[in-house]
Amino acid sequence: MSGLALQNVVKEFGAFKAVNDVDLTVPHGTFVCMLGPSGCGKTTLLRMIAGLDLPTSGAIRLDGEDITRVPTHKRNLGMVFQSLALFPHLTVGENIAYSLRIRGAPKEDQKKRVEELLSMIHLSGYADRPVSKLSGGQRQRVAIARALAISPKLFLLDEPLSALDAKLREAMQVELRQLQQKLGITTIVVTHDQREAMTMADTVVVMSGGEIRQAASPIEIYRRPADSFVADFIGQTNLIEVESDTRNHVTVLGQPVPGLQLPPGAAKATISIRPEDVHLTAPGAGALTGTVTFVRDLGGTIETFVEAGDRQIVAVSTPRERPEVSVGQQVGIALTPDVCVVLRK
Amino acid sequence: MRREPPQTFGDYSPLLFPAAMLTIFFVVPFGTMIAVSFFQRQQGGFYTPAFVFDNYERFLSAFFGGVLGFSLMMAIAVAICCVVLALPFTYLLTRMARRVQIVWLVALLSILSLSEVIIGFAWSTLFSRTAGITNILVALGLMSEAKALTPSFAAVLTGMVYQAFPYTVLVLFPALVRLDPTLTEAARTLGASPPKAFFTVVVPALRNTIVATLIMVFIFALGSYLLPQLLGRPQHWTLSVLITDQAIYQSNMPFAAAMAVFLVLVTLGLVALTVIAGRKGEAA
Repeated sequence: MSGLALQNVVKEFGAFKAVNDVDLTVPHGTFVCMLGPSGCGKTTLLRMIAGLDLPTSGAIRLDGEDITRVPTHKRNLGMVFQSLALFPHLTVGENIAYSLRIRGAPKEDQKKRVEELLSMIHLSGYADRPVSKLSGGQRQRVAIARALAISPKLFLLDEPLSALDAKLREAMQVELRQLQQKLGITTIVVTHDQREAMTMADTVVVMSGGEIRQAASPIEIYRRPADSFVADFIGQTNLIEVESDTRNHVTVLGQPVPGLQLPPGAAKATISIRPEDVHLTAPGAGALTGTVTFVRDLGGTIETFVEAGDRQIVAVSTPRERPEVSVGQQVGIALTPDVCVVLRK
Repeated sequence: MRREPPQTFGDYSPLLFPAAMLTIFFVVPFGTMIAVSFFQRQQGGFYTPAFVFDNYERFLSAFFGGVLGFSLMMAIAVAICCVVLALPFTYLLTRMARRVQIVWLVALLSILSLSEVIIGFAWSTLFSRTAGITNILVALGLMSEAKALTPSFAAVLTGMVYQAFPYTVLVLFPALVRLDPTLTEAARTLGASPPKAFFTVVVPALRNTIVATLIMVFIFALGSYLLPQLLGRPQHWTLSVLITDQAIYQSNMPFAAAMAVFLVLVTLGLVALTVIAGRKGEAA
């Protein structure tokens, strides 16, 4: 099979299991984002793919070939580090040409390739500058160009955009995605920024505690989170415990929601409702009734905090559909089965 | 935050103490030495104030020129050996666990507590025929019979490298600790084997540190005068040995002073050349 495959990969540091039995298949040419809070094992996983750390057990295959014990410098990959790790003693051009020089490529070929890459990252004419004279965004591009110089089979990036300011980061996300699509290169990015993952990835891999919680397309992760961790980690959500009686009539905070079904045999479950799916109605008209405790008007969106029973429910609406509510007012909350995602226990 | 440069005399007063110490303990003795180097020697006595170039003239002979050349060559050899040994050692040391680093550093620091005399006698025992390391080689069957390795140039070099090695490690250590470990990892992902990554990334990135360390060890080794006498033959004696000999045993202060001044000038010249060469290399 062409692409990258991780099979039962485990990494232990002493008694601590940083990566616990991870299975993942990355088809050739896909863009994967590994997403999770710090310490979830995503960077360790990336370092094992790069060969900088060795797995305690399990196998890593690239295009069907077992590369688990192949040393880093023989893997023909490109990697961008969080610190970028540009060589301070070399110029921009020499940095980009490093992998070609190490492989003994002829000088003219190196020069030609450097020029190609510089024009690709919109930095033509920068070859002779020292890297210390570049701005953050430019350094970022040089690090990307350096990693891509040998046209690697695998492109790995460890929190590549974390050093940039918010505006530049968003622009680089789009640029990185476009570049990846143009080159068709298998790419794995580690990030803790869910917006970044949603922007760039074909597949988002959500990790926590060294395990993969869910691996799916961004929209599926958002629409159909597998469990409460994923639902809570990706975007904002309302997590509500629900109960089902013997006839499978489900009640939310004591109120029946007709049409909502739990998996057979489950008496209790947690459901996730995205704030934009929560519709406020006149009191008594919705399934639930609550009191508005706070309104956060952000201009583009309005967040309304409603206390219903002992739960706080957040509703997000646009100014156009702005509900006429104020703090202390009683409102109804409409719940339809299609917006409630029943989460795995 | 902007700071104003010192304005009044009072602002400079914190400098008075170090300036005074430097004047009393460095400028005055050094000035005296320069003055003495031009004085006239009294045969069988001491010296009388004068302004003659006799002492410098005497120095410009094949014999003293040879000793000066040997001293410089020896110091350069020690500096290069120390850096070549200490750079990979310190690099690996900085990549070890904190506890291992501390044990090694304490061991190295304890070498600094040894006096030159102890180091000299220890090595002369180790290099001797009767109790030396060749006996181990004989026992292992690698040599047919034990032999003395001292006095010899190699013995002097070994002793001096041993003495200067801890300093070299201590000077290199902070720079290597600060070196971003992802630089070598990046080099490895780009196709460089670990030794290649060391030579194409670590060494060039630390160029200035390496040059500074070479200069430091060079100057340190230039002042050594006990080890050449303990471990070497008379032809391995450095200029420092001759200066001591002239000053103390021959009571020829003016000539000793002239040699010392000459040594300082040559050393400064060499250091300046190294620094200029380093600058040029950086600009290229």
